Amino acid sequence: MLQYVVDGLVLGATIGLGAVGLTLTYAILRFANFTHGELLTVGAYLTHGLLALITGLLGAEAVAALGRIGPLGFGWPLVLALLLAIPLTGLVALLIDALLFARLRGHGAAITLVIASFGAALALRHLVVVAYGPNPDYFSRAIPIALTVVPREILGGARLTPDQMAVLALAAVAVLGLHLLLTRTTIGRAMRAVAESPTLAAVIGIEVRKVVRWTWLIGGGLACLAGVFLGLTVQIRPQMGFDLLLPLFAASILGGIGSPLGAVLGGLLIGLAESLAVPLIGADYRAAVAFAVLILVLLLRPQGLLGRAG
Amino acid sequence: MPDLASYLVFFLVVALTYALLCLGLALQWGFTGLFNVGVAGFFAIGAYASAILTGPDYPGQFGGFGLPIPLGWLGGMAAAAVAALAVGALTLRLRQDYLAIATFGVAVVIQLLALNLESLTGGAFGLGFIPRPLFGRFGSSTAFNLFYLALMTSLVGLVWLALEALVRGPWGRVLRAIREDETAAEALGKPVFRHRLESFAIGSAVMGLAGGLYASFTGFIAPQDFQAILTFQVWAMLIVGGAGSFAGAVLGAVAVWALWTASGALIDQLLPAAFQVRGAALQIVLIGVVLAATLVLRPRGLIVERAALSARAADGR
Repeated sequence: MLQYVVDGLVLGATIGLGAVGLTLTYAILRFANFTHGELLTVGAYLTHGLLALITGLLGAEAVAALGRIGPLGFGWPLVLALLLAIPLTGLVALLIDALLFARLRGHGAAITLVIASFGAALALRHLVVVAYGPNPDYFSRAIPIALTVVPREILGGARLTPDQMAVLALAAVAVLGLHLLLTRTTIGRAMRAVAESPTLAAVIGIEVRKVVRWTWLIGGGLACLAGVFLGLTVQIRPQMGFDLLLPLFAASILGGIGSPLGAVLGGLLIGLAESLAVPLIGADYRAAVAFAVLILVLLLRPQGLLGRAG
Repeated sequence: MPDLASYLVFFLVVALTYALLCLGLALQWGFTGLFNVGVAGFFAIGAYASAILTGPDYPGQFGGFGLPIPLGWLGGMAAAAVAALAVGALTLRLRQDYLAIATFGVAVVIQLLALNLESLTGGAFGLGFIPRPLFGRFGSSTAFNLFYLALMTSLVGLVWLALEALVRGPWGRVLRAIREDETAAEALGKPVFRHRLESFAIGSAVMGLAGGLYASFTGFIAPQDFQAILTFQVWAMLIVGGAGSFAGAVLGAVAVWALWTASGALIDQLLPAAFQVRGAALQIVLIGVVLAATLVLRPRGLIVERAALSARAADGR
């Protein structure tokens, strides 16, 4: 029982981080971005590619000599690759915006952007297949050894691999950093203002274009982090982001569109619900859980947990 | 019949199946502004419902009703419409893109059910031996395909005429008024929500019909026939053809399906076997680029909807 809770929290942390970018772009650019799931995929594959590049530059022996970090399944090269991939994924998001969304924002309804994002998502996902092939991959071939976190006597106990613990810790750090950014920095406050009302924000002299740029960078960066988390705890596949898209939407709507902390909370709840549903309805239908939660939210509280009515 | 001609017949039957899906989507998106990302889901509902209603008794499975094939098609339409009513009732009062997200969810869930609910859908192996109309009367599959092409052509024509009559009538005028200015339509006392819901259900029923026709044409359906890529293809067809007219929907379906088939054949010929999977992926990238380019460069598609304003009203502006 407790094991399902712990597994759900790990998955939920990934969904939550991924949903932050989705909820921000939704609130600031005012459209449901179906490309967001692919940003997770792109981030994971960029990290994977950079890791191969770093390994190639240093030589396999040198990397092996560096070893892994403590009990973790990966070493410093992965951390370096991730730190490089985070801004790069943000740039990819900016590039998609410049090529496609920015051109459509001017004329036509916002819903045209949704179609464009749907098309861009499929194109991007299959571009990954063209570049990497369709087969799944892993960041590390090390066999993870799960450690007992809660002894078996208490509710069946819980075990976590060191990588899963790292994911939970890093997710907490990322959320804290995001919270500080949004509440203590000028650009963060400007982002919240634009999310609230773009017109009013422009009237009081906020540079909306700059805010849009930062939204893509931050949303893309967090998506990259979530993608790598997913790669560390599950695997890397071209489908990975697309399969997570419904949970991401469900998390942002559950948390309340435009609320980053709501998205994290929503993500954790969706992760828990998916994991706890496994003993009830079987693993085959776990993907339907996010849909069920989504329908319930739309039915009972369409503005979400932390969102405002209207 | 020579190979090429018989292939052309097959190609056209598939293209017309897509044309039906496009007609349904044209009503929902082009005339009502409803964004349906679950086209593949409604298509699947129609196909499975029709297959179960008309199909033989599979051991250990629900079904085996053996109903006449046209009743199966009607059942497929009804099932898709009921699903649309349920989703629409829930989301059409909310923000526009919630419908997009919800229909996307419908497609995901239908795909899951198709894969896992073996007692109803046959799971990953799908449903086979779905009866094909009058199949026994024809000596060869080419003759049957030719017959089916005639059937599809008349049904697509019928649906097209029916939809055209609908949108030209008072119901369609209200629909267009809602699309252009919801608040104004509401202020005039038009039941906005009900019109949207009706349009969504009718469009989905047409998609369900396409599913039923597809099942009785191939005689075999499986979950991989109903993936998200199908939704994407139909959207590309509608956007390229022009969402504001049914002619655009049909033209776009044939044009994009031709492009799709041709690029597929080219990749087949040019790439070695080891790169076929990547080639197929490249094909999807190509269609994605065509869709995006159409949206940016020619947002109204190949066939542009005639302005709804009368000439006099336009002069007065």
